[in-house]
Amino acid sequence: MSQAPLRVALVGNPNCGKTALFNLLTGARQKVANYAGVTVERKEGRFDTPTGRRVQLLDLPGAYSFESTSPDERVTRDVLLGRYPGEAVPDLIVCVADATNLRLHLRFVLEVQQMGLPIVLALNMMDAAKRRGIVVDVAELARRLGMPVVETIAVRRDGAHGLLGLLDTHAPSVPEPAGDAQQPPSAQRHADLHAEVRAILRAAVTMPRATDARDDAIDRWTLDPVAGPLILAAVMFLVFQGVYSFGKPMTDAIGDAFDWLGALAAGWLPAGPLHSLITNGVFSGLGTVLGFLPEILVLFLFILVLEESGYLPRAAFLLDRMMVSVGLTGRSFIPLLSSFACAIPGVMGTRSITDPRDRLATILVAPLMTCSARLPVYALLIGAFIPHRPVLGVFNLQGIVLFALYVAGIAGAMAVGWVMKHLRRDRSEHALLMELPSYRMPKARDIALGLWERGMIFLKRLTGVILALTVLMWFISTFPAPPAGATGPAIDYSIAGYIGRALQYPFAPLGFNWQISLSLIPAFAARETAVAALATVYSVAGGDTDVVSLGHALASNIPLASALSLMVWFAFAPQCMSTLAVIRRETRSWRNVAISFGYMFVVAYLAALVTYQIARHFV
Amino acid sequence: MRLTDLPQGASALVETVEDAHASDPIAQRLRDLGFVCGEPVRVVARAPWGADPLLIQIGSTRFALRRAEAQRVSVQTGQTAS
Repeated sequence: MSQAPLRVALVGNPNCGKTALFNLLTGARQKVANYAGVTVERKEGRFDTPTGRRVQLLDLPGAYSFESTSPDERVTRDVLLGRYPGEAVPDLIVCVADATNLRLHLRFVLEVQQMGLPIVLALNMMDAAKRRGIVVDVAELARRLGMPVVETIAVRRDGAHGLLGLLDTHAPSVPEPAGDAQQPPSAQRHADLHAEVRAILRAAVTMPRATDARDDAIDRWTLDPVAGPLILAAVMFLVFQGVYSFGKPMTDAIGDAFDWLGALAAGWLPAGPLHSLITNGVFSGLGTVLGFLPEILVLFLFILVLEESGYLPRAAFLLDRMMVSVGLTGRSFIPLLSSFACAIPGVMGTRSITDPRDRLATILVAPLMTCSARLPVYALLIGAFIPHRPVLGVFNLQGIVLFALYVAGIAGAMAVGWVMKHLRRDRSEHALLMELPSYRMPKARDIALGLWERGMIFLKRLTGVILALTVLMWFISTFPAPPAGATGPAIDYSIAGYIGRALQYPFAPLGFNWQISLSLIPAFAARETAVAALATVYSVAGGDTDVVSLGHALASNIPLASALSLMVWFAFAPQCMSTLAVIRRETRSWRNVAISFGYMFVVAYLAALVTYQIARHFV
Repeated sequence: MRLTDLPQGASALVETVEDAHASDPIAQRLRDLGFVCGEPVRVVARAPWGADPLLIQIGSTRFALRRAEAQRVSVQTGQTAS
């Protein structure tokens, strides 16, 4: 095809299924979930229609209107107006509307139509509409709107047939503007657009009832002033308990497998530096971190199910008042929850927070949420130091300690938010205005894909930055060899020994020995590397290669007070580099990076100091 | 009557959205979302602490509005559409 590709943009209200449609058409795997504001950036993909027409498809963040805009809505408006740098105005707009929510979505369709670009309407979620008995007279709707209308079901494999057919046959042309082309003043224009939507709905849509009876039934419980918070607490507790109960046995199995592999490799290789690199570096270091993959996947499983279900905005609704009292907003809830997976998508997700002040506050506290990279560190220390003991019959002490660490992060975030709220001068009003979507049954295929993606990201990190740092750690722990006639352990004479002992001075009051102090450096690149680094250091010093034996090595080398202090350090410490880089990118300010790093360092140091000094008197 | 005064479960028709100050972006956004004269609204739920925010049904959409936001919307009870 010599023709230039047709440039098509997907535009519509938040959570109407633009990204699902984008994925269906282009075969991409962009993140979809059931809440407003999942897509905060423009995304691009290509595909060919059945007759071979090239299409370049843009997925844009959802918007309610172009008048008052949050950063993500501004992206959409700028692209359509041709103001987005490096992006030409699209040849065709595919306006996507949720067929179950036309009263709201058609108004935006009309607003987009006023921009005068060629436009077609994709009525998405037609399956849900049919289930609820909503009947749309598509021909009448198209006639009234003055634009072609097709039905789509983005969650079904063949759900974009109509749209593809339209792209094949349709020559983009500017439609007749349905209303008055002149722009009356704002308030009047609003009333006009709304009146027009009402007239169109009356003529083309039959709706048996305004809401989904199923949603109403579920909301009666989940939004109840008493039952609602209890359900939320139970859900959160189940997540953390689940990570430990389901993930732990699998982690142990992986540890055993790596022991076996390490022993096998050790038998094959001749003794020497290579033998040491493979067994002490690669198998101890990487194997230990890899062992935590199941726990991370269990955590993601819960997060993905919650995101897909539509429950998260309900949680944000229940918690809004509390979050406002600590200087955040209910809208902060979803970015903060994704920060439990990783602070980077969390910080980026704050773009859906309209208000710059609320957004900055959320960005600054997001790294305090316990991300999945801390999980290996916590799991290692908990496994080594906290006895596996049932509490109240159903829970176990290890799970409770893990839960307490998560709570520490949340409490820290609340305290920091509260302090920031009282430090800043701007006390003006900021809006919530948040849409609660319909509940949706999570699809096994989407969840499996999401888990696969996360698993691959983890493995890439493991074979990239973590592997590189692990080999480096092995190198500095092994060389130089001890001088002839040396009496102490060989590692004391290595580079690692010297660096570690120098670092120990500032960290001795926290109860960290030199091995721990040393492991804090690679942890700054990726937190899990602390585990790999400790595994390498202790393994070079003579030990086995898996999680359990690293646990034993730690338990025999450091007191419980140091372990508690280290866990507290990891709860608050300014890490990792990538998070700081994304804060810089999202806020365009080094000052915010400095504030973020500075306050977290101070809080982590003080909290670990207090923990160690108190704990060593009791245990 | 203000939207905040409406009891839980009760329906009413929107009269108008008042700007709290000149060129009020929150009032503007409320109008964008469908809070315009004659539109039926219903208070679906109230959050646990201080009944703030409120969950408001408008059309087939549910929005969480803080009391300060809902305060801008004046409504009329009486005969309402479903």
